Amino acid sequence: MQLHAVGRSALLAEVADAVEALDLATWARSVGVDAVEVVPAARTVLFDGVGDPAALTARLDGWTPSGARPTGDLVEIPVVYDGPDLAFVAEVWGTDVAGVVARHGEVEYVAAFCGFAPGFSYLSGLPLELAVPRLGSPRPRVAPGSVGLAGAWCGVYPTASPGGWRLLGRTDANLWDPSRDRPALLPPGTRVVFVPR
Amino acid sequence: MTSLHVLATGPLVTVQDRGRLGLAHLGVARGGALDGPAAGLANRLVGNDEDAAVLEVLLGGLELRADAGCWVAVTGAGRPHARAEWLAAGATLQVAAPATGLRSYVAVAGGIAVPAVLGSRSTDTLAWVGPDRVLPGAVLPVGEPAGRPRALDTPRTPTPGPLRVRRGPRADWLSHDAFERLCATSYVVAADSDRIGLRLDGASLPRRREDELPSEGMVLGAVQVPPSGVPIVFLADHPPTGGYPVLAVVEADDLWQCAQLRPGEGVRFTPARSGSSTR
Repeated sequence: MQLHAVGRSALLAEVADAVEALDLATWARSVGVDAVEVVPAARTVLFDGVGDPAALTARLDGWTPSGARPTGDLVEIPVVYDGPDLAFVAEVWGTDVAGVVARHGEVEYVAAFCGFAPGFSYLSGLPLELAVPRLGSPRPRVAPGSVGLAGAWCGVYPTASPGGWRLLGRTDANLWDPSRDRPALLPPGTRVVFVPR
Repeated sequence: MTSLHVLATGPLVTVQDRGRLGLAHLGVARGGALDGPAAGLANRLVGNDEDAAVLEVLLGGLELRADAGCWVAVTGAGRPHARAEWLAAGATLQVAAPATGLRSYVAVAGGIAVPAVLGSRSTDTLAWVGPDRVLPGAVLPVGEPAGRPRALDTPRTPTPGPLRVRRGPRADWLSHDAFERLCATSYVVAADSDRIGLRLDGASLPRRREDELPSEGMVLGAVQVPPSGVPIVFLADHPPTGGYPVLAVVEADDLWQCAQLRPGEGVRFTPARSGSSTR
């Protein structure tokens, strides 16, 4: 792990990948490190609002990746597979639409980190060989609940927005509701499965 | 309960407090008053806690009427000193376009008491989390005054100057002298600057690496260098993660200036000295 100072009250920890970043962020939250924000991402964890960066540096030096599978809540997302990019994904994967539904549904995903919009979780778990390219130019409006792929990431749009992910289908699960105790349905660490319906 | 009736607004009026903290990992921007010292002064003048919500007014144009008498204070753009004033029931407060600066702050004794969303009354203009943008016809509830107003306050007036920066975590993604070039270049504030970022015009900084940086957490004040090579300073409504290299980070004490710089005005950066950031 490499640590970078980010201004006078933040540290950026660089790790191997998203799995390790989630592992570090989960550990940091469980032991209660001195940081207002603990933000995992694709290959880093940002610790922001740190009172004593030198003390946090020393504490992070004592961390080693656990290698354990995430044990967050398991959330089932019902999906109607009728997205506009099903045929494209089927071609990339060398299968048909039924094959896409089967492959997409057999993976247990893990919410690695959020970004792009409140409650938008980057879900890891799809094998790298199933990575798909984003749209060349994003759609101006993607409906909330749209389930899509970009690279080997899977994601569900929490709110309407422009978007370049390849859309497989849609869910009526409410991904983001600021009035809930847990506003994001899929915070980092959540395990996710998609169930066709 | 006292209410403020909004009769007119300028380009943008939002409710702001000290921001929505601890939720960046869910993709939620922090928000909060862009000129923190000005918002804090307005709150102190009317006897509020520092967490009370105020109105942030871009380029004036705000007109509101109180349905009961209340203490108010207007600070920020073009007003280094201010005082609490009694706004009588039925009287109108007008915040005119400032001669200098951009953002004014209106505090009312008791604070703007719109419902908090995720622990904050700030409106985040990136994803529109928080209270609605303030528009003509809005009726804003006012809380119970917590303390007595102070007729005068003697703030430590922040002194404008070059934005002090520390080297950022991805300086090595740009040319070896990029940080020095950043500090040697005269930039001009671009017209599309907003609460998300202070956008600049000026010489572009060459990149050393052309590959894509995986998204990573961003801090307030991050000086990000997009493919154009012209830096952007991330302000309160910045996205919590981003994929452009961060060359430098502006000292927290200097961020208020970014709230008040007008399009067309010059901006310079200077290396921060280690130790205390007090100018």
